[in-house]
Amino acid sequence: MMSAREFDVAIVGGGLVGAALAFGMRELGPRLAVLDEGDVAHRASHGNFGLIWVQGKGLRLAPYGSWTQHSARAWPLLATMLRELTGTDVALRQGGGLHLCLTPDELERRAQHFVELFGQDGFERYEVEFLDRAGVARRLPAVGADVAGGTWCALDGDCNPLRLLSALHDAVGREGVVRIAGAAVDRIEPENGAFLLHRGRSVMRAGRVVLAAGLGNARLAPMVGLVAPVVPNQGQVIVLERVQPFLPFPLETIRQTDEGTVLLGDAQADRGLDEATDPAVLAAIAQRALRALPALRDARVSRAWAALRVMSPDGFPIYGQSRTHPGAYVVTCHSGVTLAAAHALTLAPAIRDGALPAMVAPFSSERFDVRAAA
Amino acid sequence: MFVRLPDLAGEFIEFFVDGQPCTARAGDTVAAALLAAGHLACRNTPVSGAPRGPYCLMGMCFECLATVDGRPNQQGCMIAVASGMRVETQRGARAVVVDPDAGA
Amino acid sequence: MITLDVAVVGAGPAGLAAATLCAERGLSTSLYDEQGSPGGQVYRGIASSPLRRPEILGEDYWRGATLLRPFANSGTRYVPGASVWSVTRREDGTFSLGMSIGPPGARSAITVAARAVILATGAQERPFPVPGWTRPGVMSVGGAQILLKTAGTVPQGRTVIAGCGPLVWLLAWQYRRAGVAVDALLDTTPKGRLREAARHLPDFLRSPYFSKGLALTRAVRRELRVIEHVESLAIEGDAVTQAACAVRYRLPGGVSVVLDADHVLLHQGVVPDIALASAAGAALAWNPLQACFHPVVDAWGGSSLPGLYVAGDGGGIAGALAAEARGRLTALAVANALGRIDARQRDRDARPLQHALSVALRGRRFLDTLYRPADAFRLPEGDTLACRCEEVTAATVRGLAREGCAGPNQMKAYSRCGMGPCQGRFCGLTVTELIAREQRRDPADVGHYRLRWPVKPLALAELAALPVSEEARRAVDR
Repeated sequence: MMSAREFDVAIVGGGLVGAALAFGMRELGPRLAVLDEGDVAHRASHGNFGLIWVQGKGLRLAPYGSWTQHSARAWPLLATMLRELTGTDVALRQGGGLHLCLTPDELERRAQHFVELFGQDGFERYEVEFLDRAGVARRLPAVGADVAGGTWCALDGDCNPLRLLSALHDAVGREGVVRIAGAAVDRIEPENGAFLLHRGRSVMRAGRVVLAAGLGNARLAPMVGLVAPVVPNQGQVIVLERVQPFLPFPLETIRQTDEGTVLLGDAQADRGLDEATDPAVLAAIAQRALRALPALRDARVSRAWAALRVMSPDGFPIYGQSRTHPGAYVVTCHSGVTLAAAHALTLAPAIRDGALPAMVAPFSSERFDVRAAA
Repeated sequence: MFVRLPDLAGEFIEFFVDGQPCTARAGDTVAAALLAAGHLACRNTPVSGAPRGPYCLMGMCFECLATVDGRPNQQGCMIAVASGMRVETQRGARAVVVDPDAGA
Repeated sequence: MITLDVAVVGAGPAGLAAATLCAERGLSTSLYDEQGSPGGQVYRGIASSPLRRPEILGEDYWRGATLLRPFANSGTRYVPGASVWSVTRREDGTFSLGMSIGPPGARSAITVAARAVILATGAQERPFPVPGWTRPGVMSVGGAQILLKTAGTVPQGRTVIAGCGPLVWLLAWQYRRAGVAVDALLDTTPKGRLREAARHLPDFLRSPYFSKGLALTRAVRRELRVIEHVESLAIEGDAVTQAACAVRYRLPGGVSVVLDADHVLLHQGVVPDIALASAAGAALAWNPLQACFHPVVDAWGGSSLPGLYVAGDGGGIAGALAAEARGRLTALAVANALGRIDARQRDRDARPLQHALSVALRGRRFLDTLYRPADAFRLPEGDTLACRCEEVTAATVRGLAREGCAGPNQMKAYSRCGMGPCQGRFCGLTVTELIAREQRRDPADVGHYRLRWPVKPLALAELAALPVSEEARRAVDR
């Protein structure tokens, strides 16, 4: 039998989560492998909206608010590193973002949300500005007449997520990290403290394995004594043609890319692995977008897409190291852009050094382990 | 440049390119009328600013985009020219015009 | 909402023939077409051409007129100016078609329900990525022919036609008839290709295209400067306007020639327009000889999706005569599937059509072999734009492919290639073939961009006017 290729660390998944982790461990060079699927896969990273979003996050799990803010604060460093290492500008903007409430009822619910969020023990608070319609119009003169108001948070921002993904891969590739694409990992077999990863007829061995396979984690995690009960949650996005810059900051569901195209999103629906766009949902997104920004009326829809978010039962990330098979880690979340900086600069170096950082202890996969809960 | 063959059926009408009056044959597409009016290029791309003109004439390539009666990025090869129609060549990406009524 | 029996998309020979026969067999049939008058591209302007001298276009063109009266009398509801941007198969097995209709400024989106859909969306010209192919003054041969047919408008000044395939010769011939001066025809058919095609010659000798094609190319050769075996092309531009001013070409042996040209008309064959079929979810296959993707169809035009049919060149390139026969065969299959005729009658009625089809298909392999574009014109290099819309160079695509880009969809994400308004229609094949070449893979394995509706752009307000279900509202309102 041919000897299997050997790596110190194998990251399963080449999406934003896997690529950010690889970036943070890139000095392992050829001792690190990133395994990716083929061209047609459920790629949450290709369907990403591109927000780096803080406001409103962390209800029912206060540490998620802190982890999100930690990542947002680290983002300028990540963007600078990527520019210096690869020459790629990921178009980071962090000058604030706006959440629009179309109706007084939505505004009321928004207020209630923040009351509950900020009232949690240990929640790391930040400034959120509540705006009535006039307040919104001062920041966004194009806003529609029947918008009730909104919330503004200076910590929010966005980037170009596709360029982020390619810059991460580029930076990782420059360090000699081995990227193997084209097939999913079928099976992981613990062996004498290491792991055998089977892909079709090929096998490789890694001292440590990090599962960053998005929806694939649900299947792979139990093979190394972990749980990651993630399910798909479909989001749909409309892309408008390039227009001259008119939106200097992102809205939570509308943003203009640095290339000029405008993204409208996002719906949430439980539709299994269906990645088809639904005319009724896209029409609903279009209606909401036009109530927010009527000036987009005759802008032309050039594409629409649906992508599958990776959703855990409580909606929060899962970070865990296997108790039964130390050296196996699982990392999964649905905010791969927002958390990219934390994954690259905090989580990855810790995994490289053999332990998870204390900050992510509240996101242990054990919270879903029925045996642990029993 | 492009010219019309002599002896064509149909009537001739007047339309405007960038404000200048031009002649078109009723039934021509905007793209054909622009070419016959001497405009090989109808726009500059939003990416590099390079000039472009009609290429496929069958609605596939989206090179013949022009502003037609105030509506930007219309496919010139898919729209029939009309008497008095105002066609503008384009520079880069279109604008989003904020409706003054919207903010009322 | 009323559910039609059959919705036909496209009013070329396949669509006209299919709709006519469906309606004649008592099926409620609507035909939706993007153009303002019927004919498709091959018979474009057949009912409205301003040319007073029919001999300019030739008798094969005017054959299209024979389709019009039966179509008009068939009872088909004909909807011109309809841009179909989605076809979706619903859970009950029927289809929903999304389209924009109405004059500019008053366009609105509607959805139409149908028990069966016949896509007769025809062909588009193959991308011809050579340096300078985006310059003003450069146009496709098909585009130039559409200008001639529909507007009697022709180039004046130094004009060069370059490429390969029957349409190159046809346009040169039509231009001569119309008195249009053509400075040169640069034939890119590679040296030795005729010998390679010769084994299919016996079949081609029995083709309806043989004698006409021979007469036509002979006439063109007599009257025009034809330069054979051109191995490379580059269009040079004016320093100020950037419009075409010359074409530089290379001949076997390395001789390089520059020819002044204000107009360069490019063509290297046609490929199926797969956008709607692909976005609807129909399986695609790669045709290695024609170097293109086509929807997988059976002998009746049935796709991999039950109820979705593809008739004519949209299901694989075979020409106008074949398209007509395939349109009728598909109509019989639909009439059978919808219970209008039994299988025996379908098969009986199909016999003469199958014969007509086999006659029309004679010699296809000869033409496909002879006119298969050379690698140099399908696999660009360096700064040549692969993607016209997003201005992505061949070097970028090749570089990403070498770095391990998994395929066209990842290429899109990494480079924006294929993300512009043409939605990959003029870079899709180039990207597939470049990835295949760089990674030493089969294009069939590399695959094509995953296409999603809308396959044609529509205004946001049009989309917003479509019906919204309660479930959809809940998914969006939060």
